[in-house]
Amino acid sequence: MTAETTPESNRRWRETKSALVSAACWVCALIVMTPLALVLFHLLRLGASSLDWTFFTQLPKPVGETGGGMANAIVGSFVLVGLAAAIGVPIGVLGGIYLAEYGSGRVNFMVRFAADILNGTPSIVWGIVVYALVVIPMKGASAYAGGLALGFMMIPLIIRTTEEMLTLVPQSHREAALALGIPRWKFIVHIALKTARKGILTGVLLAAARVAGETAPLLFTTPGNHFWSRSLSEPIASLPVQIYVNAIGPYDEWHRQAWAGALVLLFMALAVNVGARLITGRNNPPAIH
Amino acid sequence: MTASPIIQPGQPPQTPPSRVVIPPPVTFEVSQLNVWFSGHQALRDINLKIPSKAVTAIIGPSGCGKSTLLRCLNRMHDMAPGARVEGRITLFGEDLYSSNVDPTVVRRRVGMVFQKSNPFPAMSIAENVTVGLRLNGVKTKSVLAERMERALRMAALWDEVKDRLRLGALRLSGGQQQRLCIARALAMEPEVLLMDEPASALDPLATGRIEELILELKEQLTLVIVTHNMQQAARISGFTAFLYLGGLVEFDLTSKIFTNPSQQQTEDYVTGRFG
Repeated sequence: MTAETTPESNRRWRETKSALVSAACWVCALIVMTPLALVLFHLLRLGASSLDWTFFTQLPKPVGETGGGMANAIVGSFVLVGLAAAIGVPIGVLGGIYLAEYGSGRVNFMVRFAADILNGTPSIVWGIVVYALVVIPMKGASAYAGGLALGFMMIPLIIRTTEEMLTLVPQSHREAALALGIPRWKFIVHIALKTARKGILTGVLLAAARVAGETAPLLFTTPGNHFWSRSLSEPIASLPVQIYVNAIGPYDEWHRQAWAGALVLLFMALAVNVGARLITGRNNPPAIH
Repeated sequence: MTASPIIQPGQPPQTPPSRVVIPPPVTFEVSQLNVWFSGHQALRDINLKIPSKAVTAIIGPSGCGKSTLLRCLNRMHDMAPGARVEGRITLFGEDLYSSNVDPTVVRRRVGMVFQKSNPFPAMSIAENVTVGLRLNGVKTKSVLAERMERALRMAALWDEVKDRLRLGALRLSGGQQQRLCIARALAMEPEVLLMDEPASALDPLATGRIEELILELKEQLTLVIVTHNMQQAARISGFTAFLYLGGLVEFDLTSKIFTNPSQQQTEDYVTGRFG
């Protein structure tokens, strides 16, 4: 404090600074919220009118006919995410357990590094990789290939959440289990995973929501299907790809359907996110550690 | 683990021969125990016999190796990276560190309670008590229920929780949680219970209940308790070991340690002149 500043002016300056910083924070928060609000508003305006019962129950109509829906794409998306989870969840959770409970220094560093790199890998790369590894040898796109591409994308996401959640299990629990003569693997399966299960489940749901919206990995692996798939070894429709196909098509009717599909996709992602939050929020014991 | 700077007398003590005659049976016999953590010596040349069905208190200033000694008795150091244990410890004559002894079996026979209560938060009160049994293969419901009730009664917790066994363990108060941890250890029907400052995080009332409990338990098993609280050691233990700078200064009847110790360092410590 210099000699000229009286306590009164000093206080006013501090309050001004506080107000400025608060205002800056509010502006930033608004900037974060705006795109979501805009997207939601835009999708509702353009998509809601095309959303009706038939959208969820019918196949796309041939060019020139109005009506029809994306039932096959909606079901296809669920099938693809299910396949992806069947691959991504076991590998991801077991990998996370390895990192948190068994791995040591160097190996852990490499696995973590690899997972982080894979997390940042552009999704089109996954599409190409699976195209080369699966689609070409199997001589054709398939739901399997699409699910595999999405599953690969889920693995690093789930590895890291599982590891983080297990690391949060306090050391005192490990000691307690050790002192009861409980074998290590039983501690991991019955106590650590049980303690961390909500966090891991949340991570799995968020990873599923994330890959459910991916288009690029599917373009090479299962580039859509106008009809119901009869087998997982043939291409399957999916919402993102169907939206993409419709959106680049020349017909207004297709565009309307694309907007409706985007709206459904967004609400599915929203529902999973809210669901994940409910899981972590509910029955949370008070943190006494 | 270094001695705190306020401790004045500088020389690590030489362990004198234990003068006290321990009435048989002896639970633990510790001979020439040395422990290092990453090169730092935490315990040196400990020789000690811990009597059965009695309370033995381990006292000494912070960092003197009390907890280290306790954790040698159920092989908790096996998991600690950089820990090295040399010497011999027998449990009822059986070498605890022999290569054909499974440390998890040792830990089932020698239970442990920690300074901070650590019930498993994702489990109910009942599940916490039976977890050790269940994860060691006991499946019969009636056996589990019976052992749970017995353990909770032994831990003087049954009457307080019998109507809410399905509730989460963290709904209990701090003192109740600690008694739950004692019940969890007792459910394994251990021959020994090790306690590492079991009451230091509790208020005087809860501490009193734990101390009563310890006095009741000594009728049935051997207890070894690390404590910072010398009044507590005097109240509850029959034997006291005084550790200083990783060495055993004196081991004797508690009454003798607190009234007429044979070592000057012990007298200085128990009278509050240092530590």
